[in-house]
Amino acid sequence: MTDLSKTPADAPGSGPMVKSEGVRKSYGLVEVLKGIDLEVKQSEVFCLVGPSGSGKSTFLRCINHLEKINGGRLWVDGEMVGYRQRGDKLYELKDREVALKRRDIGMVFQRFNLFPHMTAVENVMEAPVQVKRESRAEARERSMALLERVGLSDKSGNYPSQLSGGQQQRVAIARALAMKPKLMLFDEPTSALDPELVGEVLDVMRGLAEEGMTMIVVTHEMGFAREVGDALVFMDGGVVVESGNPREVLSNPQHERTRAFLSKVL
Amino acid sequence: MKSSEQGAVKSGRPETIKAVPVRHPGRWAGAVVIVVLAAMLLHALIFNPAFQWDVVRDTLTNEQIIHGIWVTLELTALSMLMGVVGGVLLAIMRLSPNPLLSGTAWFYIWIFRGTPVLVQLVFWNFLGALWPNLSIGIPFGPEFWSESTNTLIPTFTAALLGLGLNEAAYMAEIVRGGIQSVDEGQTEAAHALGMSRAATLRRIVLPQAMRVIIPPTGNETISMLKTTSLVQVISLAELFTAGHDIYSRTFQTIPVLVAVSIYYLLMTSILTVGQYYIERHYARGANRTLPPTPIQRVRLLFGGRPTPKAKNDVVPGLEGGGHA
Repeated sequence: MTDLSKTPADAPGSGPMVKSEGVRKSYGLVEVLKGIDLEVKQSEVFCLVGPSGSGKSTFLRCINHLEKINGGRLWVDGEMVGYRQRGDKLYELKDREVALKRRDIGMVFQRFNLFPHMTAVENVMEAPVQVKRESRAEARERSMALLERVGLSDKSGNYPSQLSGGQQQRVAIARALAMKPKLMLFDEPTSALDPELVGEVLDVMRGLAEEGMTMIVVTHEMGFAREVGDALVFMDGGVVVESGNPREVLSNPQHERTRAFLSKVL
Repeated sequence: MKSSEQGAVKSGRPETIKAVPVRHPGRWAGAVVIVVLAAMLLHALIFNPAFQWDVVRDTLTNEQIIHGIWVTLELTALSMLMGVVGGVLLAIMRLSPNPLLSGTAWFYIWIFRGTPVLVQLVFWNFLGALWPNLSIGIPFGPEFWSESTNTLIPTFTAALLGLGLNEAAYMAEIVRGGIQSVDEGQTEAAHALGMSRAATLRRIVLPQAMRVIIPPTGNETISMLKTTSLVQVISLAELFTAGHDIYSRTFQTIPVLVAVSIYYLLMTSILTVGQYYIERHYARGANRTLPPTPIQRVRLLFGGRPTPKAKNDVVPGLEGGGHA
């Protein structure tokens, strides 16, 4: 019996990092995603833009199975998300199997979601120690290096409530990186920040992109998309309206809806 | 001297304000009224011969009463332990996606919260009347081991079962409220990192829920201390039962009950102080400044001046930079 959830052409590391075919998602009677088709290549910075309620955050959350899709197929690095296919039947994955796949996908949230009862370095160490069973000493050493990388080695002993928004989000990025992910998801990472703090977070993300990390970024920062993005998708009403090279889409949008949106945010 | 001070003000920051604080004559007048009323009450209590203060004093040192205090404390501690452990388990079951587990927990809470604890105490005490023997064996099949119910469940165990199982139902709702007070983003962040449901609960959710769980648990403990007096119905010799035994013999009901109440008040006072400081401890890291202690509050009321902050009231790390 062959496992059809792995398409032969898409063995890990060779094919696209994320492949989405007709992905649908509804909450009750409200359909939030109405068939999303897209491909994210390895080492690509993929930007998702669109008005609020367009389904871009929901789609991002489907990728690490925080949301269960109702239709279509979704693969990360050649492996199906949330299900296993044998013959023509789909089997739901167990919680443990889902957790195992999430290890390889880092996620950064709009509201940071740092653990408030742990210091910065404890936040970063938590998953390596609890999930990967790393020794505390080793995890602490690696976490300190990650905090250094995001420019916060002097804040390692501070609790989240003692850090600014920008600092909290940089700790959150370090926390996600501690699991050595092959894919990073950013859900409006700068939307909850004071304007003057946006730059420090975007700098860290720019550095990650330069190192070749595959990133999917839901953002309203068109400057970042234009400068760092390799691909851009404009979503509205649960469908992909327009996609292409960020510089081309942003300077010369083809659809009326894209043009109307960009005229308001640029 | 004066010129140099003025110079300092000019070049440095503005002078600190030294104003006369607002006077509160109403407070002083109110205090006088209350003191007079309190004196009248005390006078009425002390000089009323019906209170028989000498009997009260003798009862306070009565051996049976002292023994009762220990039973009360033991029963309170063990019942609360049972309640907290059971409550955490029930709350986790209640929030489980498994309908069998959540349904079972719901049913348990429905039964134990919905019937009087007095009835539950009597029920456990007279379990032997319903099932004379308890045994271990194959369900509906042969028995391997059997023992008389009354031997297995002596009065103290019956009291413990009655109070502890009832308390677990209340604690379950308290713990559930605490768990649900934790932002959902915390669970999502933990899951996104690949943490299991159990690890997320143990490492992320429960430690944060503690701040919400601790205060009502303190309340429950104080309440439990007095609820133990209900075991008088199954004649367990705790503090109230001891008092009851004495006044049934001597008919000095009021003085004995006054003595018993003095002990209850003493014990709840100690627990109240303990609860206050535990709450204060868990507020650390969440509140930027901690609330004043009772002593500081009294000084504030009459002095009108804020007391100097104690060193340990400052949340560590908030003032300066981080650790190196």
